[in-house]
Amino acid sequence: MIEVKGLTKYYGELPAIHDLEFSIERGEVIGFLGLNGAGKTTALKILGCILLPTAGDVTVDGIDIARDPHAVRRRIGFLPDTPPLYNDMTVGRYLKFAAELRGVSSSEATKAVTEAEEKTATREVHDQPIFSLSHGYRQRVGVAQALVHKPKLLILDEPTSGLDPVQIVEMRATIRALKGEHTVLLSSHILSEISQTCDRLLVIQRGEIVAQGSEQDLADKLGGGGTIEVEVAAPSARAIEVARTVTGIGECKVLLERDGTVRIELQGSPDLRPKVVRALVQNGIDLLRIDRGAARLESIFLKLTKDERNGAGRPQ
Amino acid sequence: MSTVLLIARRELGGYFRTMTGYIIAGLLLLADGILFNVFVLSAGEMYSADVLSNFFYISFGTTCFASVFISMRLVAEERQTGTLVLMTSSPVHDWEIILGKYLSAVAFLSIVTIASVYIPALIWVNGKISFGHLFAGYLGVLLVGSATLAIGVFGSALARNQILAVIFSAIITLVVLLAHLVARVTDRPLKDMFMALALYARHYPPFQVGTIHLRDVVYYVAVTYVALFAATRVMEARRWK
Repeated sequence: MIEVKGLTKYYGELPAIHDLEFSIERGEVIGFLGLNGAGKTTALKILGCILLPTAGDVTVDGIDIARDPHAVRRRIGFLPDTPPLYNDMTVGRYLKFAAELRGVSSSEATKAVTEAEEKTATREVHDQPIFSLSHGYRQRVGVAQALVHKPKLLILDEPTSGLDPVQIVEMRATIRALKGEHTVLLSSHILSEISQTCDRLLVIQRGEIVAQGSEQDLADKLGGGGTIEVEVAAPSARAIEVARTVTGIGECKVLLERDGTVRIELQGSPDLRPKVVRALVQNGIDLLRIDRGAARLESIFLKLTKDERNGAGRPQ
Repeated sequence: MSTVLLIARRELGGYFRTMTGYIIAGLLLLADGILFNVFVLSAGEMYSADVLSNFFYISFGTTCFASVFISMRLVAEERQTGTLVLMTSSPVHDWEIILGKYLSAVAFLSIVTIASVYIPALIWVNGKISFGHLFAGYLGVLLVGSATLAIGVFGSALARNQILAVIFSAIITLVVLLAHLVARVTDRPLKDMFMALALYARHYPPFQVGTIHLRDVVYYVAVTYVALFAATRVMEARRWK
């Protein structure tokens, strides 16, 4: 769906992104992960044909964005970090305007608006003026305008920015529901959002892709196979001693010890969980809970962006 | 062209869905009325044609002034609020965005200008005026409005926010308006060039007295074209920044 080769963008003398290379298959949900100022928005604006690149080749659905940006724009729905909403219009009129602007005929626009409103759960605010909407609804109307013309590719820049926890869950469900019908490329610096929504991650740092793959791939490459979290009713020293007998388990860290129970983080692949359970039970340790490490993606992200956090960030 | 009209219709609706449009229209009509009262009606006895000519003189000033404020929001406000992305990410040419917005401003100014027709009606009730004079005068006002609105669109495309848009547009309009003052202190051929460029001095007075010259119509159309062309180039250049 998207092929990016050597994509570079300079703002004056400052490189915002440098030599980006990646490809995205049709129907995938891809997360663009990076710190603020890493170059995510610039890259998305170029893919959305809003900005022109300084160098590099980008094709969307086989069309070069430099040769035929109009044809590419017809295939793209773009939601910037601030939804482009006209406060003086009602939701229905605004979406109809957005549909017609993207080439949907006036007679088909009404049907397209209804479908977009149903997908984003905004049907109930159809006649409401946009200025009166809550932040959650504004964000959803922003997504609705991006998909009202049924684009092949949806580009969403920080779609959950500023939403409360309930709204974030709803937005995640909305994005997941779009999978298959659309290829989705979304950016965020909220790790849990990326982890739960996307099939694959592209980690960008100082304008360059520093890692790409599924969460598991990244964990295997950078996190020493990830972590396992166990909660047992036993002294921590005894539990750690037994856990270390399992081949593949590395460093162990006590997270919490209280009222005779202890929570421990074990360095190792989550695939080792059955072996850990067997070892603990066979040694007479009562196992209360076992799970894959919750903060795994955070640790990957922190490792990948360590250099940038130590140095200066890049202006957007 | 349908995209241009779609954008123009939305923008024109925007003037009437917010207070900005009503405030600008109200102030323009109020200024027309007050200035007409103060400078024309209190000037003693005059022929009706002279009264009408003075009304179009006043309208020239108020139209130039209003155009700066009518056009300030067109691009700058959308850039400020982030709504411009809706259009720049759609399969729409930059010239279509500029032309659509410009046409909405012209339509809005035309509606407000037509609303001032009560003043010529008063002159007609109390005296005698030629409808040819009336037509030529209003054509002049609309051509001036068309040119200054195009300058305003250019200023708005250059600016990051509406205040800067007003400043840029006002400066450019003043420079073109006062070009004839430069002509006074320069020699030929510069003198002729500045006189030909001036927004008022040579091109507007014929309309004021009810005469239409093709060269004056061409002048205002040319100013409009150049300003809109420059605004489109600014929009295109911003895609590189």
